[in-house]
Amino acid sequence: MWKRIAALVRKEFLALLKDKKSRLVLIVPPFLQLLVFGYAATYDLKNVPYAVYNEDRGAASRQLLAGFSGSPNFSLKATVDHDGQIAPLIEGKKVLLVLHIGPQFSRDLALGNTASLQAVVDGRDSNTAMILLNYVRQIVFSFNRQQMVAQGRASLPARLVTRAWFNPNLESRWFIVPGIVGLLTLVVTLLVTALSVAREREQGTFDQLLVTPLTPFEILMGKTLPGFCIGSLEATLVTLVAVFWFKVPLLGSLLTLYVGILLFLLSAIGVGLMISSLAVTQQQGLLGAFLFLVPAIILSGFSTPIANMPPLVQQITLLNPMRYFLVILRGVFLEGTPFALLIPQFWPLAVIGIANMLAAAWLFRHRMY
Amino acid sequence: MNERATAGRMGSAMRLRGLMRKEFLQIIRDPSSVAIAFLLPVVLLFLFGYGVSLDAEHVPLALVVEQPSADTATLTGAFHGSRYFAPVHFSTMQEAEAALMANQVQAIVRLRGDFARELRSPAGAPIQVIVNGVDANNGRLISGYVEGVWSGWLQEWATQQGMTSLFPVEVEQRVWFNAELRSRNFLVPGLIAVIMTLIGALLTALVMAREWERGTMESLLVTPVAMREVLLGKLVPYFLLGMGGMSLSVAMAVWLFAVPLRGSLFVLFAAAALFLLVALGMGLLISILTKDQFVAGQVAIVVTFLPAFILSGFIFDVGSMPFPVQVITHLIPARYFVAILQSVFLAGNIWSVLWPNALALAVMAFFFLGMSRRKTRKSLE
Repeated sequence: MWKRIAALVRKEFLALLKDKKSRLVLIVPPFLQLLVFGYAATYDLKNVPYAVYNEDRGAASRQLLAGFSGSPNFSLKATVDHDGQIAPLIEGKKVLLVLHIGPQFSRDLALGNTASLQAVVDGRDSNTAMILLNYVRQIVFSFNRQQMVAQGRASLPARLVTRAWFNPNLESRWFIVPGIVGLLTLVVTLLVTALSVAREREQGTFDQLLVTPLTPFEILMGKTLPGFCIGSLEATLVTLVAVFWFKVPLLGSLLTLYVGILLFLLSAIGVGLMISSLAVTQQQGLLGAFLFLVPAIILSGFSTPIANMPPLVQQITLLNPMRYFLVILRGVFLEGTPFALLIPQFWPLAVIGIANMLAAAWLFRHRMY
Repeated sequence: MNERATAGRMGSAMRLRGLMRKEFLQIIRDPSSVAIAFLLPVVLLFLFGYGVSLDAEHVPLALVVEQPSADTATLTGAFHGSRYFAPVHFSTMQEAEAALMANQVQAIVRLRGDFARELRSPAGAPIQVIVNGVDANNGRLISGYVEGVWSGWLQEWATQQGMTSLFPVEVEQRVWFNAELRSRNFLVPGLIAVIMTLIGALLTALVMAREWERGTMESLLVTPVAMREVLLGKLVPYFLLGMGGMSLSVAMAVWLFAVPLRGSLFVLFAAAALFLLVALGMGLLISILTKDQFVAGQVAIVVTFLPAFILSGFIFDVGSMPFPVQVITHLIPARYFVAILQSVFLAGNIWSVLWPNALALAVMAFFFLGMSRRKTRKSLE
């Protein structure tokens, strides 16, 4: 039996790797994508273009604005001297933020009244707008502290002392890069499995396979093992890049990480083979791959937290293997979560994987047309 | 105009009609193309429109009050009153930290035993805040919300104590186009761009490769059909399908998700038609270059979804990416379409945004379709 499986595995590897274009597709894009996405996917804003509309003549307003021009998060693109200029700047996306200081600003400050800084923000991308407003508030807050010291006023009656655990500088790259490791592992596994049975069906070679002495279990093994090899190899390479190139801390144990990777591969290959054996043509297989891939990524918590989703959608995510894998990846990388605490993530992956594999093996024999 | 030319043109129109008829029949017989055009957008928009949100609400928050007093009661009351938080009380810091470790709460706010006394001392009282920083973006949003609750409470407390104007400068925010900062309003238009990228490439990525693989391409080669006609015959039916999918997506965005549509419908569909040409052209070129459905499928998976998702500005701000990555984003057609969609939906017909992006799309459409035409030779290797 093992000899037959070995022969089938060998044939699968040949089918995947003999074609130069196919080889390139499996090896080059994951690397390039990790590099590009690792740099691209960040919620930290840099060089936000902004404009200033300062009607105040006093020194205080200049001092406040110096806080913005000195920040690496902002870059001054224009100065405005009347109201009408604001709209075209923001509408045309020349700037994301216009800071407006009224003529009374310095006088209000000197009199001890509350002066106001108006921040006009482009809300088309509301997440960027929200982060941007947080930055503005921080700069204004430190200006306020200076002012209070300068005016000889007592400090605030209560102040916040905030610390972030696991990611002290709140670098979003630390959060995103382990997620990309999961994304690319999923994509590569689907590339290997989702079209493989469909291709044999379309070309008629699957019927030939079925009349050989191979049992469905052996066919399943033959289709699964190449996915495991290529998937775990890619996952390893991508993890190395994450740790050594992007310097994301890997606090947990490698053993835990690899148990997670193998179980995830099991479930991803299961889903891929299931899609593939449902499909009669490669076109259908491709459609199935996308119908799984896109929700699997968007509803995984990769870019938007699962906790923000409505309860019903949160229930749906329980079927999504990516969801569990991302918890494992982020836990092992950033929190150093021990093996035992991740067991609630491990077993659903195993269940999803085995259920799909069994279904695929059943479909091998029963879906004929 | 001589008779032969007229006859030739009529023959061409007839041949084109025949090809399109064949393509339509193929579409109807294998319903997966129809599914791509109509099922894909409905399923994806449904899931994402409801599922994807960056607005954190009811964040589980641990409150540790070591010695309750009238002052701490007003502050915890402010947290309970905020729609952003669902506070849970813990009596010791150890319990709260364990809850944070176990992901039961996202943040801890701790008021020390001598809070009431320190509040009246010149140095002021520290409020210890710990947020879970694993999801950095969420962590920052949460600490922003905590700041909001804190400054509101502080202002009120100061007024009660007879102090005026606690902060020298206050920020007065005006958010244009999306005043309530509803993240669905920008995510749904962005999703339409991602979905249209998928639809366009999926519809055509396999069609030419399929003809080569099945040998029907050789049969086509011996007919009087010109390659231009073959390509056009492929393009027109899928273009119509794609526009159908687009109409469905826009209808869902406006009626189901209540995203405002401030620009004109005509501009929206003109831009969509242009983008669809780019996406279909990209799929066609993949199909022509690979001549193999399996590889074409793999290429389509790799080059469409993830780049459109991450590099288009749909969710990550392009301006904050490092310069070389920004250069790469210019190669992603979805980038231009996302910019157009977000403006047309939320801001209106802003021509200074529309023209440059539409121009870029036109250039890309020309490139992909031109390359497809050049790479299809009416000959065998």
